[in-house]
Amino acid sequence: MLNQYETVFIVTPVLSEAQMKETVQKFKKLITDNSGSVVHEEDWGLKKLAYPIQKKTTGFYNLLEFKVDTSFIQKLELDLKHDERIIRFLTVSMDKHAIEYAQKKRNKQNEKKEA
Amino acid sequence: MAVDKDIRFLTPPSFEVRKKKYCRFKKSRIKFIDYKDPNFLKKFLNEQGKLLPRRVTGTSLKYQRKVSMAVKRARHLALLPYMADLLK
Repeated sequence: MLNQYETVFIVTPVLSEAQMKETVQKFKKLITDNSGSVVHEEDWGLKKLAYPIQKKTTGFYNLLEFKVDTSFIQKLELDLKHDERIIRFLTVSMDKHAIEYAQKKRNKQNEKKEA
Repeated sequence: MAVDKDIRFLTPPSFEVRKKKYCRFKKSRIKFIDYKDPNFLKKFLNEQGKLLPRRVTGTSLKYQRKVSMAVKRARHLALLPYMADLLK
């Protein structure tokens, strides 16, 4: 059964830009391989953490919004946990209010870009 | 027997009229509280980063639970601190 999920994960700041892009690509490919589809992808860049995680005070924040079969989520979380480049992640299932909110936010951003 | 009228207060007794609290989510019909937006969530935290009780913010029980869930998720993602001083 296909559900919509949203994953925010933090990549360690030690990596170079290319390595960071590569980790994001790795997970996008993982999703699309397992009959899933990435709806939206956001990169918040380097942000200061509210408290140090693994002795690091900054991190690259990434957001992935995707539709995927429910059985795949456990595998995805396992991979996220085993990947040492990712210091923290949070996967949330999106109900209709969340989906509508994300949709509205995207439209607003597009309008701003066009204006 | 001093008649009531004789008692005069220096300043008129101002009864602190209690402002009717309302749930901001019901009024503005917000249905989803985004855990990724720390600035909005800070309105529900005190200086130490702790959640404000409902009697202070006046939010209804349903949305207070959503706020607390969102704040806890934001804390997990290090968008909000677990313990802070002078958060605002």
